[in-house]
Amino acid sequence: MTETADSDMLQKEYWDLSYITGPLVFLKNGGRFPTGAILDLTMDNGQIRQGQVLEATTSHAVVQILQGTQGIDIKGTAVSLRNESARVACSTDVIGRSFSGTGEPIDGLAPIVADEERDIVGEAINPVSRDKPNDFIETGVSVIDGFNTLVRGQKLPVFSGSGLPANELANMIVQQAQVRGDDEEFVVVFGAMGLTAREANYFLNSFEEGGQGSRVVSFINKADDPAIERLFTPRCALTVAEYLAFTKGYQVLVVLTDMTSYCEALRQISSAREEIPGRRGYPGYMYTDLSTIYERAGRIIGQKGSLTQIPILTMPDDDITHPIPDLTGYITEGQIVLGRSLHRQNIFPPVDLLPCLSRLMNNGIGEGKTEEWHRDWSNQLYASYARGRDVRKLMAIVGEDALTEVDKRYLAFTIQFEADMVGQGDTRRTLEETFALGWKLMGLLPKSELTRVDRELVEEKYTETNVEDFS
Amino acid sequence: MAENEGPITGKLVRISGPMIAADDMLGVSMGEIVRVGKMGLMGEVIRIDGETAFAQVYEDTSGMYLGEPVVAQGDPLSVELGPGLLTQTYDGIQRPLHLLKESSGDFIGRGLSADPLDYSKKWTFTPKVTVGQEVSGGDVLGTVPETEHLDHFVMVPPLVSGKIKTIIAAGDYTVNEQIAELEDGTVLTMTHKWPVKRARPFKKKLASTEPFITGQRVLDSFFPIALGGSAIVPGGFGTGKTVVEHQISKYCNAEIIIYVGCGERGNEMADVLDEFPNLTDPKTGGPLMNRTVLVVNTSNMPVAAREASVYTGITLGEYYRDQGYSVAMMADSTSRWAEALREISSRLEEMPGEEGYPTYLSARTAEFYERTGRIACIESEDEGKEQRTGSLTLVGAVSPPGGDFSEPVTQNSMRVSGGFWALDAKLAYSRHYPSVNWNQSFSLYFHDLDPWFREHAPAGWTERRQQGVDMLQKDTELQEIVQLVGPDALQDAERLILEAARMIKEVFLQQNAFSDDDAYSSLDKTHGLLDAVLTFYEECQAALGRDVQLETILGHPIREEVARLRELNSDGFVAKKDAVMEQLKAAMQKLVEDAAA
Ligand SMILES: Nc1ncnc2c1ncn2[C@@H]1O[C@H](COP(=O)(O)OP(=O)(O)OP(=O)(O)O)[C@@H](O)[C@H]1O
Ligand SMILES: [Mg+2]
Repeated sequence: MTETADSDMLQKEYWDLSYITGPLVFLKNGGRFPTGAILDLTMDNGQIRQGQVLEATTSHAVVQILQGTQGIDIKGTAVSLRNESARVACSTDVIGRSFSGTGEPIDGLAPIVADEERDIVGEAINPVSRDKPNDFIETGVSVIDGFNTLVRGQKLPVFSGSGLPANELANMIVQQAQVRGDDEEFVVVFGAMGLTAREANYFLNSFEEGGQGSRVVSFINKADDPAIERLFTPRCALTVAEYLAFTKGYQVLVVLTDMTSYCEALRQISSAREEIPGRRGYPGYMYTDLSTIYERAGRIIGQKGSLTQIPILTMPDDDITHPIPDLTGYITEGQIVLGRSLHRQNIFPPVDLLPCLSRLMNNGIGEGKTEEWHRDWSNQLYASYARGRDVRKLMAIVGEDALTEVDKRYLAFTIQFEADMVGQGDTRRTLEETFALGWKLMGLLPKSELTRVDRELVEEKYTETNVEDFS
Repeated sequence: MAENEGPITGKLVRISGPMIAADDMLGVSMGEIVRVGKMGLMGEVIRIDGETAFAQVYEDTSGMYLGEPVVAQGDPLSVELGPGLLTQTYDGIQRPLHLLKESSGDFIGRGLSADPLDYSKKWTFTPKVTVGQEVSGGDVLGTVPETEHLDHFVMVPPLVSGKIKTIIAAGDYTVNEQIAELEDGTVLTMTHKWPVKRARPFKKKLASTEPFITGQRVLDSFFPIALGGSAIVPGGFGTGKTVVEHQISKYCNAEIIIYVGCGERGNEMADVLDEFPNLTDPKTGGPLMNRTVLVVNTSNMPVAAREASVYTGITLGEYYRDQGYSVAMMADSTSRWAEALREISSRLEEMPGEEGYPTYLSARTAEFYERTGRIACIESEDEGKEQRTGSLTLVGAVSPPGGDFSEPVTQNSMRVSGGFWALDAKLAYSRHYPSVNWNQSFSLYFHDLDPWFREHAPAGWTERRQQGVDMLQKDTELQEIVQLVGPDALQDAERLILEAARMIKEVFLQQNAFSDDDAYSSLDKTHGLLDAVLTFYEECQAALGRDVQLETILGHPIREEVARLRELNSDGFVAKKDAVMEQLKAAMQKLVEDAAA
């Protein structure tokens, strides 16, 4: 958050703190500051902490302290208004720079000369101003391009489990993403919440090596940085991203990781405020709160730029019904889900295709964009793979011999599909290569099973294959 | 008393997210609208404690200072009703979003207001009453062609009655011009206001005898609801609730659609706005948008207005119902409304009920669903005049956390709605759409509608449906055996049942919303497709009984022909299906002969 130079805002006042609990400080007489305001709390030793007013009543104001309350005492702390709301400096100069989780430069370079200071909460895009996202983004990842297409302006999260290579997948997308027939490059806005130094460096080094360094803006809150700052990080990142996309016309790709750390910070504040906890202790308003992050993706009618989001989260216990993935899934436009068993089999990216979804796929594919039969092709492979997975489960109970001939072919198809289509490794695959592989895999099934694809097309594309053809 | 000294004005003493409290508010009433702070944000009084009033604010409250004024507005939250509602896109408190865009750009600012109806537009009014006529609430004063295909009936507002003193001549007028005056001096215009939380009156509820036809096979055939009925569509994220709501809005047999996007995605609304103007209304041939009103409060818009949006929507629906139309309201998602209630309730520090929801959740839900129905409209009774009837059907999406239907919103809504269209994540994962689970779903209207189907649907509708349901039931039982001992243990006749059930699922129950030819299925096609699959089963069964090998039967290319019937458009479906049935019979005949030889 940048400092406002207004002199009357900077004047210090001694103030009686009345109560300190967890990350919260209560101030007597709450009416002095507006809700949402950013305060400076200057301690006896001259150290300054920042706080934000959450709630104001005539008796007190509730202030969340970004850097934690350790060391703050009730008597000797001065409080002054820093800014009427949390703000971040916007300018095209931010491209290529690194900031803390609250927007202070951390790359040792000069502070940003702001073109505009924006409130990080942002305003909702008027639904009638939204333009339909429909530009296909080729990511070079088969499971995405072929089956869960990403389009410009979409919010498509990656649901990961601890230890699964979500960062690697996200990085692969960042490195390779390209809109077909358009050589405009993405500006990447990277918002990191609670990342370990190793993870953060992984991203920053990969951006550097991949040549994106000069196109990346990063906002980094590390695992050992104050947890409450995490509540600000995605909003700082998105405010800058919105500025770049909708004021400056850039194509912006926002990667937010790890949303699970964000949600934990939210829970921490909620429990300190003694709010009635919702499921698993997360606050009842978490859906609304998350939506004010995720809904900031999109396109706007008459504007050139776009804001595409790839949030990454860790599913606690690999549980997709946990409130964090659950509420995220209810807001985002699909999800890419990673699976542990595929990871154990060394399949990369270990994407568990069945629970994956891209709700905007239909807008990005089809005649003139990809192939007229793209959806049918995908539906056919999806349905066959789903059936094959059932067969595999059945086989585990009754043994392979008890399967019918057709079921055996589904089984072979499924194993090959996971090994080849899903397990592409870290090399880029063009959409054409993905399509070709899909047709080849369909060759493992009897032709009469392919009822989701147009009959003429089956005639044209179908060649019976067997497992040996795939080695 | 304060009345003479201008509106009741208090000052802010508490700001907590979407909830505020103000002192010195004595005289304000529950539900009354207040303007909060210097920005004049709109709010609604939800608790009164002595001189302190608590209000939920329909806009973001940050940046306000304690001590700022709070001014009571005198009326509860109301909508303005009159010609010009159709084709509009409103936010939760009936502000036209296009106007907000004009005044604040692509992002919605705060403290904005905008007229719900266009006050400058002239409508062609044709009077239907004469001077001296006794009128009462609901009587039609005149008509206005609101769209090319729909007459708007301008009514005497409910609770108003008297003798017509003047009535304006046919001509072009704005909604605020006087069109009639009653003897007692009451001035009537083409518009009136109605408080959203109060159900509009009707004479009586009528039995529901006609189906609400959706063009979706699984719903129309297996779980039909009535015009004037209600259904909920519960399902985890991504299971297809919104697609169901969109499909129904496009193809259902109601005359007016109120689509409420409550706490959901902005892009989905953009989708509707992009598509509907270009789709045709199956009933009138005009643009689909002409029968539609959108009420949109996306998830990132203020939470209290989300709560208002469903009430705004249903009041607009009742208004067209009162004119004698069949109205369908889509609410996506009612869970977000309940969550808004929960959020406000917890700010008020009310004692929470189950899962933190307020204890009055079930009462509010019931009240809301009770606003649906087929009704006799209010109007004065004259001999010889046919009683006007209208209906309001509701399809409410429910978004249970973790997809678990035991949670309070699903349970409460299920208790008061007549249809339960349960969406199943496992079906959705395998791309079986619509992912309506045929074991869990139900409709309470089935018996009431049976006579209608027997009379108007293709012959054999009810019987074939029952056979389809039975087949799926047998499938469930057989699958259990397979899961234990493998398919080998089954007899050929049983394996044939599994295959037939698979065809019912893949050919009949699945329906791709993005397919040009299959997105909509007429009753003829719906019945024809089920009949085709069942005939296929019967023919195969007969062949099997006459010594044809199961593998031979199932390997025959005719099976694919039957399966591909699904791809045919509803237009001309029956003839093409009959042709395939002929081929089927011939093919099986041939197999039997070959086997005998
Ligand atoms: N009938 C259908 N035909 C084809 N695809 C469908 C159908 N129904 C659902 N889908 C697919 O499933 C996706 C998710 O559907 P939808 O957006 O309706 O889910 P939802 O239940 O509303 O989820 P949420 O609760 O998160 O809003 C769609 O984008 C579409 O790809
Ligand atoms: Mg939805």
